[in-house]
Amino acid sequence: MSKQKKGLDLQTLRRVFPYVKPYRLHLLTSLLCASVSAAAALLIPIFSGNAIDCMLGPGAVDVAGVGKWALLIALSAVLAAIAQQFLATSNNRIAYCISRDIRNETSCKLQRLPLSYLDAHPAGDVVSRVIADVDAFSDGLLMGFTQLFTGVVTICGTLGIMLALNVSIALLVVVLTPLSLFVAAFIAKRTHRYFTEQAKVRGEQTALINEMIEGQKVIQAFGHEDESLAAFDEINGQLGKVSLNATFFSSLVNPSTRLVNNIIYAAVGLVCALFAIAENPAMTIGGMSVFLSYASQYAKPFNEISGVVTELQNALACVRRIFTLLDERDRPADAADAADLDAKGHVSLADVSFRYVPDRPLIEDFSLDVQPGQRIAIVGPTGCGKTTLINLLMRFYDVNEGAIRVDGTDIRQIKRQELRRSIGMVLQDTWLKAGTIRENIAYGKPDATLEEIIAAAKASHAHSFIRRLPNGYDTVITENGGNLSAGQKQLLCIARVMLTLPPMLILDEATSSIDTRTELRIQSAFAKMMAGRTSFIVAHRLSTIREADVILVMRDGHIVEQGNHDTLIAQNGFYATLYNAQFGL
Amino acid sequence: MKYLLSYFRKYRRESIIAPLFKMLEAMFDLLVPLVVANIINTGIAARDTGYILGQCGLLILMALIGLACSFTAQYFAARAAIGTATGLRHQLMAHIQKLSFTELDTIGVSTLITRMTADVNQVQNGVNMFLRLFLRSPFIVIGAMVMAFTVDAGAALIFLIAIPVLSVIVFGVMKLTSPMYKQVQQKLDAVTGATRENLTGVRVVRAFGREAAEAERFAQLNGELNAAQLRVGRIAALMNPLTYVVVNLALIAILCVGADKVNNSTLLSGDVVALVNYMSQILVELVKLANLIVLLTRAVASLGRVASVLDAETSMTYPEKSAQADSADEAVRFDHVSLTYSGAGDESITDISFRALKGQTIGVIGGTGSGKSTLVNLIPRFYDATKGTVSLMGRPVTDWTHDELRDRIAVVMQRAQLFKGTIRSNLLYGDTAATDEMLWEALETAQAAEFVRQKPGQLDEVVEQGGRNLSGGQKQRLTIARALVSRPDILILDDSASALDYATDAALRRALRHLPETTTTFIVSQRTSSLQHADQILVLDDGELVGCGTHEALMESCEVYREIHESQFRNDHAKGGAQA
Repeated sequence: MSKQKKGLDLQTLRRVFPYVKPYRLHLLTSLLCASVSAAAALLIPIFSGNAIDCMLGPGAVDVAGVGKWALLIALSAVLAAIAQQFLATSNNRIAYCISRDIRNETSCKLQRLPLSYLDAHPAGDVVSRVIADVDAFSDGLLMGFTQLFTGVVTICGTLGIMLALNVSIALLVVVLTPLSLFVAAFIAKRTHRYFTEQAKVRGEQTALINEMIEGQKVIQAFGHEDESLAAFDEINGQLGKVSLNATFFSSLVNPSTRLVNNIIYAAVGLVCALFAIAENPAMTIGGMSVFLSYASQYAKPFNEISGVVTELQNALACVRRIFTLLDERDRPADAADAADLDAKGHVSLADVSFRYVPDRPLIEDFSLDVQPGQRIAIVGPTGCGKTTLINLLMRFYDVNEGAIRVDGTDIRQIKRQELRRSIGMVLQDTWLKAGTIRENIAYGKPDATLEEIIAAAKASHAHSFIRRLPNGYDTVITENGGNLSAGQKQLLCIARVMLTLPPMLILDEATSSIDTRTELRIQSAFAKMMAGRTSFIVAHRLSTIREADVILVMRDGHIVEQGNHDTLIAQNGFYATLYNAQFGL
Repeated sequence: MKYLLSYFRKYRRESIIAPLFKMLEAMFDLLVPLVVANIINTGIAARDTGYILGQCGLLILMALIGLACSFTAQYFAARAAIGTATGLRHQLMAHIQKLSFTELDTIGVSTLITRMTADVNQVQNGVNMFLRLFLRSPFIVIGAMVMAFTVDAGAALIFLIAIPVLSVIVFGVMKLTSPMYKQVQQKLDAVTGATRENLTGVRVVRAFGREAAEAERFAQLNGELNAAQLRVGRIAALMNPLTYVVVNLALIAILCVGADKVNNSTLLSGDVVALVNYMSQILVELVKLANLIVLLTRAVASLGRVASVLDAETSMTYPEKSAQADSADEAVRFDHVSLTYSGAGDESITDISFRALKGQTIGVIGGTGSGKSTLVNLIPRFYDATKGTVSLMGRPVTDWTHDELRDRIAVVMQRAQLFKGTIRSNLLYGDTAATDEMLWEALETAQAAEFVRQKPGQLDEVVEQGGRNLSGGQKQRLTIARALVSRPDILILDDSASALDYATDAALRRALRHLPETTTTFIVSQRTSSLQHADQILVLDDGELVGCGTHEALMESCEVYREIHESQFRNDHAKGGAQA
């Protein structure tokens, strides 16, 4: 592993090629243009040096010569300019289009990944792969390549020309130039400590700021403003001190490298001048101007190339993370002969076993038969498998053994979309899209009319708060409904299902954030809507589920009790214990 | 800007020294081509080794002095920048302490946090670079031209033409692209948002069978991003080739004019080299300047955002002198009170009137969003009523000073918010002078004494940031204790026992009844069981007061209350009644 990190990972690199392939013409253009522009950048100082050499002194100026060199400069400049423009646009196209292609691929991949993967990986991690890693990859790899290429061309060209002009000065430049790199590295190493310190204090301060601002109302309610401000000032002052060190010492890098470059410049000037006044001059004034301009520029490609290797490694590391994502196994595709579904709502589970982790059995030999129109409540302590049952019914996960049948057909033989469209689902985790209220309610039925939407909102008792929002149904809610309360979000999720009227319904803690009275009204709305439809209700608020036809009491993946409220209370078993714990009776 | 200027004034010495020394350094940079010209014109022409050595020594000396100047400048620039940032952060935090709840709601927690962290850092960076480079770059550009004039006025005219042309190119491209870059950022944010949304909502997306639609939507956003990137890329790419051509044209002009002048012996060939060098210095500086301007634009935008927080005036003013308690037995009175939150479309509570007497326990009940919290938030004047008057001890709340209100009223908010420190330091929020005995007494009443006693550190037990090392129920009880420590005349519990189990909740309510007789308690709850013993229960529905009275009276007269109660106790109560 560590070996892989050090060298360039060729295997990953090979996988990158297919992405570059559609843009290989652009890549070719890019390399060609990079060479042209590097060559021009090298030649122009020579041409101008030659032109200066045509000016030997008063009356001894070769005007035609100057003109010739000037013309060459003009030609190279224009050529280089054109090359630079093509270089930049080709590079942009390659980088941006490859990012786009990879992102589209990951987006499609996300829709096909099994829930088991997505549940196990934090969303932030996947987002950073799709966004940051893709950016870093396309920037790093392609910019890295061009820079590496131009850098090498420039260095070789400069070396060749300097050697051709004067071997000893060329050697002087070659030996001295990398000095500035060492100076930069030296300072960077020393200042690292200050930066870590700054990061630490800044982190502490950010944590304090978070806490203070989140608790601002409490601070004000207790009139504790002065004390809090004093605590803040203490860490603020501390940050000021460490920041000053970090900022100041790191800002010494540029002047120091500049000093080294200036010294090299002076040395080159001195040696050139000495050569120029030697008995048989090995150096002309023009040649000196060429060397001086090379001396000031020669360090640049080295600086760039030293960055390129890290950049390439980083880019490959990023793309490796993306490939790992793309290589994940898809959820199994729908069977070729998968059936459509026009569900009546007869659901049966036959000897179902399921486990998320191979060695941790969860649901074992679970059987259940639900007649169309029945209301099934599932209760039990946290982690007993209630939500798992829903994952199986929706086919977010497939059973390990046994089968779930809807109207007699194994759900693995039904098209996923058909199955899911016939089940309306409201989860505890209230997810809403960034968009208007209207779009959100109509999520399952994009062509719904406003009347239908309002009717659904009224049925779910969301209408009264929606009409109070600044723009009513056209109010834009931020990502995941950040500007709504938990209860309001839940009402919208219910409205979303109310609009689609599926033949089966799953409510997973669907009303946990809603007050009991509103909940009761929604239940009655559900009841009306669900007449003749099958529904599964998960709740830990027992008042919610008293009216179910069948209550399944689950514990550790098994049904421990089964029956309606009255019979279960009469049994005085686990359900009765749960019920009494809740109401303290 | 006015905020920044005050810091420049405060750090006047630093703000002057830093750019000054930067300019000194630049001056030495500008002298380099002249020295080289001297080497060529005098040293080489006269074959004077001593002179050449001297001039090269001069170059190195200049480089060293330049380094010293530069270090000085960097130091003072860093001091001013960091002083400004530290000061701004303090100023912001101090200002936030003075904002009323209305402003806090409008601006929002995450915005305030960003302003205090990312934006202030951006400003710090901007000030630092501004002091270092903003004078240096124009100075070099202008200086190079001036030096060119000292070399040869005629040839310098070329500079006079080239510099404006170069400036137009550099700044023109920047002006064209900066709004486009903003667009790119927005599109990238949209793509990020779509990705995150698809992940967090994967169950819903699949449940509604919208996978294809979501992938398509993503591809569309992604395509828009790509188009925007290519668009801005095409224009931004123009800067390099255009400046390159212009600089080289100027170079050719210098060579041609120079050749002519050398021929007529009005110019030396070393001077031509100097002119060429000045031209390339200008190009380097212009590019630096362009980068600097990008950075400064960002810093100015951040500064603007910081300033808009500092400009937010608190909408609440308090009188200099507090009112005197008036009525003997009345604690709180609402008189036709309505409140519309700023930015909301409709009233959150409408035309509420009631009286609470000293020592009474007042229950507040109602559905999600019925206005319970809004109602109690008006008592300590967290918000001002938009219609009607709220009175405290017979006087309008607006007649009381800030300190007096905070001393008399303690609120336990819905969200249990503790602060990093110890249990003791959190409890002392209520009254900094409280003795340990008083703290324990408050903990007893809040049903928190037992678990605090079990902690190894007792009162000195460490509380982590936001109290994350405590359970929800423990946090709630500590926040209740914190309010009790202040021994308020009016205690408000805003649904603050929701994480407590039934037995603890009941014990808490029993303990609260033993508070001093004059303490008026408001209890907001969703459970009728929590309010059954209240002297008066206010029933809210959709912002309106639909019932007011004792539990028994409301069961008789208030439909909404009865519904709430029955939704919680339906079968059992009916059955229990029948059996009894």
